[in-house]
This record gives sequence, C-alpha cells and structure tokens, in this order.
Amino acid sequence: MKLRVNGLEYEVHPPPERLLVDLLREDLHLTGTKRGCEDGSCGACTVLVDREPRHACLTLAHMVEGRDVTTIEGASSSFGLSSLQRALIENGGLQCGFCAPGMVLAVEACLLRGKPTREEIREAIAGNYCRCTGYAKIVDAAEKVVRERWGP
Amino acid sequence: MTKVGNRIPLVDAPLKVAGTATYAGDIARSGMLAGKIVRSPEAHARILSIDVWEAASEPGVAAILTGDRYPVPFGVLPITHDETMLAVRKVRYRGEGVVAIAATSIEAAERAARKVRVEYERLPEYDDPEVSAGPVTEKIHERAVGNTNLQKEVQQSFGPVDEAFRDAAHIVTVRGRFAGVTHAALEPHAVVADFASDGRLTVWSSTQVPHYLHLALSEVLGIPEHRVRVVKPTVGGGFGGKGDPFPHELVAAALSIEAQRPVRIVLGREEVFYLNHGRHPTRNTVRIAADAEGQLRGLDVDALIDGGAASSFGTVTTYYNGVLSVGPYHIPAFRYRGRRAYTNKPPSGAMRAHGSVNTRYSIEVGMDMLAEELHVDPTELRLRNFLPPDTTTLNGFRITSNSVARCLGAARARSEWTSKFRALPLGEGIGVACGFFISGSNSPIHFTPKFPQSTVHLKIDVDGGVTVHSGAADIGQGSDTVLAQIVADVLGVGIDRVRVAAVDTDTAPVDLGSYSSRVTFMMGNAARRAAEAMLAQLRNAAAQITGQPAEKFVAAEDRLSLPDHPEVAVAYLDAVHAAMEHTGALQSSGSYESPRIGGDFKGARAGTSPSYSFAAYVAQVKVDTDLGRIRVKNVWAAFDCGRPINPLLVEGQIEGSIHMGLGQLLGEEMHYRGTRLMNPSLLEYRTISPEDMPEVECLLVGDADPEGPFGAKEAGEGPLPPVLPAVANAVYDAIGIRFLDLPLTPDKVWRAIEARRKEGGLVKPPRPEDHDR
Repeated sequence: MKLRVNGLEYEVHPPPERLLVDLLREDLHLTGTKRGCEDGSCGACTVLVDREPRHACLTLAHMVEGRDVTTIEGASSSFGLSSLQRALIENGGLQCGFCAPGMVLAVEACLLRGKPTREEIREAIAGNYCRCTGYAKIVDAAEKVVRERWGP
Repeated sequence: MTKVGNRIPLVDAPLKVAGTATYAGDIARSGMLAGKIVRSPEAHARILSIDVWEAASEPGVAAILTGDRYPVPFGVLPITHDETMLAVRKVRYRGEGVVAIAATSIEAAERAARKVRVEYERLPEYDDPEVSAGPVTEKIHERAVGNTNLQKEVQQSFGPVDEAFRDAAHIVTVRGRFAGVTHAALEPHAVVADFASDGRLTVWSSTQVPHYLHLALSEVLGIPEHRVRVVKPTVGGGFGGKGDPFPHELVAAALSIEAQRPVRIVLGREEVFYLNHGRHPTRNTVRIAADAEGQLRGLDVDALIDGGAASSFGTVTTYYNGVLSVGPYHIPAFRYRGRRAYTNKPPSGAMRAHGSVNTRYSIEVGMDMLAEELHVDPTELRLRNFLPPDTTTLNGFRITSNSVARCLGAARARSEWTSKFRALPLGEGIGVACGFFISGSNSPIHFTPKFPQSTVHLKIDVDGGVTVHSGAADIGQGSDTVLAQIVADVLGVGIDRVRVAAVDTDTAPVDLGSYSSRVTFMMGNAARRAAEAMLAQLRNAAAQITGQPAEKFVAAEDRLSLPDHPEVAVAYLDAVHAAMEHTGALQSSGSYESPRIGGDFKGARAGTSPSYSFAAYVAQVKVDTDLGRIRVKNVWAAFDCGRPINPLLVEGQIEGSIHMGLGQLLGEEMHYRGTRLMNPSLLEYRTISPEDMPEVECLLVGDADPEGPFGAKEAGEGPLPPVLPAVANAVYDAIGIRFLDLPLTPDKVWRAIEARRKEGGLVKPPRPEDHDR
C-alpha cells in the first residue's frame, strides 16, 4: 500500500493487524509519535490524517492507505519550529515532553478549524493526557499563538 | 548573574516539542530482540511447576528465563532487599513476573508467552493491612516482623505527650482513610539492555536513579560494577514511579546475557499499573492537643499503611508518615506509631511528596476543626503556631530559612480571604492549608556517607563549549536546565555554550538521582562549586594575559573583566585557550555533602534535610449539591522555595503538583476488590482533565536560603500536600461536611449531602464570631 507521511510518499507492506503507531515507529522509524495507553485515552499517539486528529494506536495501518498523514516530525518546517512549538517552549507548556508530540498536533488541528476560545482550546486537548504541567501553560501557549494569528 | 532567577525555558524543550528527543523506548540497536514478561494471574501462590518447552519451540524465540536463574534479591534500600527479577518459588502479587522471553519480534514473544504453562497452588491472600498486622497463617515474606505480615513498625515519642493531652483545653481527633494512588507518568517504563561481546553490559532505561540501577544490575547479575554502564535517555515523567531499580530492567539485562543480543522491553500501560510503587493506601488517626488560647500542646499520629508485596522505599515511608508532621507548626510534644504491612497487592513505594500527603491531610483538616472549636479564623490559628526560622524541632530537624507566615499572608491577601471565609453562599467555600517538605534527605542510602551526595564534573575544550557531567536525573522537572543556568551564570557565558551530557555512569560522577526533592539543592551546590573551580582557572589565565590580579576578574557576557576598569578585559575564548596551553582541555569538579543533622536515637536521620520548603495554600470551591460534584475554582499557592533559580519551572512544579494532588483528592484511586486491581488503565484511572483544572495563582514567597545554591530550595514535592486539605476545608466551608475518606467522588459527596439533608438540613458552618451569639 501507498501513503504520504509528512509530504513524502511511502510504499509499505504491513501485516493486516499492524497499527498505525507501529507502522510509524517501527517501520518508518518515526519515533516522535508516542504510545502511552493503548486505549485512546492519552492522546500521545495523535497524528493528523488528512488534517484531522487521529489516535495512531487505534488506527490500523491499512486504514490510512492513500491518505495524507502528518506526524510530529512534520509539524515543523524547513523554517524551523512552528509558532505553537515555540510558544510551548517559552511558556513552559511541556516538562517531560512525552505528551508534546500529540499535544502539538491536537492544538494544530484545533487552530486549523479557525480562531478558538480558551474553552475550545481546553476541549481540543481534553483527550491529551499530561501528567506534568496541569495544562494551564499549554493553554496559555496556544492562546499566545491565537493572539499572534488573529489578534486579541 | 543573568541566568539564575530568570524564566529560562527547558534546554531540551526544542527536541521534545519536535518529537526528536530520544526516550528509552525509541532506542533501537542492531540485532535487537523484543522482551516480554509473563506475569502471574495469582495474587499469592506457590509455583509448583513452570513448563516453557512449547514456548521455547515457537519460531523466533531466542531466550527464556525463569526466576531460579538469577534469584538474588534486590531493592532500593540496602536494608530491605525483598524483590527478585522474576518470582522465585512463589508469587506475591497479581502481575509479578514469572517467566521472561526474548524473541525476534514482540509478536513472536507474545505468541510464546501464551504457551508458557505455570502451575500454582493458591495461598491465603492478604488484602487488608489490619489483618496483615496480626498473627497470620502464611507470611508473605520471611523477613516480616514475627508471625505477622508487618514489614516495618516505628514508635517514637518526644516531649511530655501524655501530659499535653491530659491538660489540653481542646483535643481534636481525625481518622483519615486514603485510597492508594499511582504516578501515572505518561511514558510507560522502557529499557534496552546490551550485553556486548566485550563482556560489558550497557542498559538504557527510563529511570530516576541511574546509579541505584547500576548497583542492582551488578549485584543481581554478578557483573563487576566497572563493567556495567547505565545510560539515562530523556525520561517521560517519573514522580517517584521510576525511582527504584525495577524487575524489568534486570530482566532485560539477563535476557541480553542469555541471548547474546540487545533486548528491549517496553511495558504496556496495564503492566505499569501492576508495577505501581505508588502512594500507600493508608488509615491514620491524628490527635491534636491545644490550650485555651489555641497554642498547640501535643500531636499524636498513628498510621497503618498498605505496602503491597515488597518493601521498596517503605521503611522510609513508614518514618515519613510520622516525622514529616513536626512542621510547619511548633509541636512541643509528639508521639508516633507507624506500621507498614505487606499485602498481596502491587508494591507501594515513593510518590511525589513521599509519605507526607496523607498525614498532612489529617493534620490540616484537624487544624480547621480546632479553629472552629476555638472560634477563631483558621488562618489566625495557624499564624499563632508557625515554627520560626532558625530553630530546631523537638525531634532534631534543623529549620533555617522559613517564610511560611509570609506565604500565608500572601495567599490570604490574594484570595481576599477575610471577605469570603464563611461568607460565600451555601455551596461555595474557601479553605486553607499549609505544609513543608525536605530539600533532599541528609542520609545517603546508596553508599556509605563518606562520599558526597552529589558531584558534578565540567570540561571545556578548544571549542569553548562547557560539557557538564552529572548523575542527577532530569525526568522532565528540568534539572538539566538548572545545571546549565548555574554553570553559565558562574562562568559568565551564554546558556547555549553549556551542554549537559546525558547521564551515563561511565562518565557521570555518582549522584543519588532524582528523589526526595534533592536535586536542585544538592546538585545545584555541586554544580556551582565545579563552575567556580573552572572560573578560577579562567581568572588565572586572564591575570597572566593582563598582569592584573586574578581574583579581581568578574565573568559576564562572554568575557572576564575588571569591574573598576572595564577596558581591562579578556574574551572568554581567549581565556580558555590561554588556560589550555600545555595542559589541554580544562576540567573541574565540585561536590556537595550535607551537614550532619539529627539526634542519636533510632530513626533520627529520617526527615532530616539541609533545608525545608514551606507552603500555604488557599482554595475556593463550588459544590454542586444536586450532583455531589466538587468544582475547584481557584487555588492561591504561596510557596517558599527560597530564591527560585527558575520561576518558570517552579510554577510548572506547583501547577503539576496541584493537578496530581487534586487527582488524589477528587478521583484517582487504585481500586481494589480484594487483592484484584480493578482499573489498570488510564481510561479507568481518572485523573483531572484540562476542563476541571482550577485557575492557579503561584505566589513565590521566600528569602534566600543560607545553604541552597543561589539561595534556592526544593520545589518539586512540597507544592503537592497542601492542596488536598485546602480544598477539603473549602468544601466544609461550602456545605459544612467533613470528608475523611478519599477520594471524594461525586457519589460519596452526594450521599453525605443527602444524609445531612435528612438529618435536618444543609447549612454553612457558623462564622467564628457568631458562635457566642
């Protein structure tokens, strides 16, 4: 099967039961996508499939045949880290960092839908578990990006 | 001084946020095998037989291990080695490892695991510490006390306790019950072990204690310490849950030896729950005696804690449940009985604010009850009883810097306490609680106390980069950043010049690791001294170049100059190159050893620390009286960590602690039916969601600590304990009901509200000044 990951086309032959998270981590060596819970409750494996957030641990590899997948490795560009990534760094929006890949993509997906309120940001990350920060600094970082992009 | 005291982002954040930081589970080695541990479905049983023949013939299986291969017991405390890498002859908890398999893929290892046949003979199961404390028919461990399943019993008494309670004008008694909770760090434990053809073993592991793991690997596997190497990659959170050497780490190494190939084990989330080592399920009774003026006269604490099936840090936990109650109030008489019982549950261990949370809860709720009896405002009662700075507690703790009274003042002012206490509408309330915590333990437990607790090495070569070797473990809290800040500040260079090397026991000097909130204080002091030793070399070089006295040079902004004659200056790199002439790369070393503190009685060192953090929190809540749901709206968290080295990181610790503390108070529970854990997943183990987090205002209040690095004290654990009783006291203010059985789930709260309504109505408690009317 073929799929695009972070803009590059791949041809892979996963066994039928292979999960997307394992395809990414083990076959494509994209280890930025994390596995935290195996039941969809932590969001560490969040990737974007055709710009929509998906749990890579609940998605079979075959379900993304021909689709466009963005992982955390694709969240930054040749211009460097995204404004959201920079805001997370500067605002202390991560500590151990294990949630950061999923968190970045969940917030990016939210920003793709238009200007969110603080409540909408909290909702957007409700499925992304962080044990370190208490979430406030993550929401603050996202709000900073919202202000930069859409004004106060 | 440009870096210390500033909000410096984590030095490793750019890698973490891009997904390129390497965690243990991301490591792959050529020829690497996947390891899988077959775990016991029984909680307490003799192993009659293990049949691995069918499993061994499964394609791809390279090695199979059972417990008899490496039966050497280990444990984090040298005095209580009672864990083995795999069960030997009997299993003591459901989830204990029995057989380990290494295979060419995880699927092959799992297929083989399903073909392992183990025959068990069930033994009596112990799920109740009260039963374990009495005579038992089957001892879980031979080392348990007498004919019981007690792991540890502590009795202490200081001052005239009996007289204090006999003569007291007021005595309050609090009986608290606390469910066990667990760390639930997002990264499941992972390890890669490679026993190479040169006879050297390398282990990469998500650990908080690389040097303890180093020691355990050597002892259990029989490999000399100098041929064992432990590397700590980026760690995805710990909170104490990665603070022991663990069976799976030893198993991976043993499988690598057997298979002569690298082996990786990544635990599944369910396995992490069975590994546990979280906070002990606890029952405590706290009695507080006070005179008519509200001066505390005596404190009597009794704690029975459920240790699960191994000791882990339990001996320390048993002490901490008592001794960490001698502050932040002046206690003239103190008695403690603590017992830790073995049960057939996953082991309990050290979790953030180790051993202090549950006793603190009962004390702070008790202080609230006492204030009500005395008809005084609970903040006023606390102010009357605080320990002063520069004092010694009756059990020998040396208190130096202490701004707890200022903390309470700040929290009270910011929360507008006076206008809200007992004055908000029914269902809304405000509460207060205080706390204190150690900045590292005075007694090193890894080795004899002759060695320093922390050592830091620096190296500078021609490129001018400063390489820092430290064994302190950054687990997300940001200790690498604190290291870099201190070194950069002393040397007067940009923080980007400093590169903190990954912890690697081949190159990092021994450090006790990340637990007991010791890192900033101890590693920070060692780092400062190492950097000052390095600066002395650069100053000498500057003196040689300029002919001016070395000690007059100050280092800042990549140069060494004379403050009175700024035109006399040597660029940092020129100084480095001059110092390197004829010697090559520059090196320096610094270390920290805590002063000897404490009495001579048994257990005198438990809880002694070179310094203590202090805290005063106010919380405001709204209770949904129809649904029993407690909504925490605000927390004003005033914290004395001395002079913060990095306020951004301190705030992160406070906010994270509040998240974890509220979790324990409102919903988190290791839910057992008998010995069976009913909720081993993040779906069923309910932490606080982003929408349920309160607004947190961090108030950093404190004076420079006389012995802390740049005046700093701990900030990693002390911020947790006060939030639970502050919220509980706010709930009392809101609806007049005390809750002493955690967690306060909506069903429990709703039932209490319904019962109160039937008894005659739900009302706010009276104001202190209204009592006499």
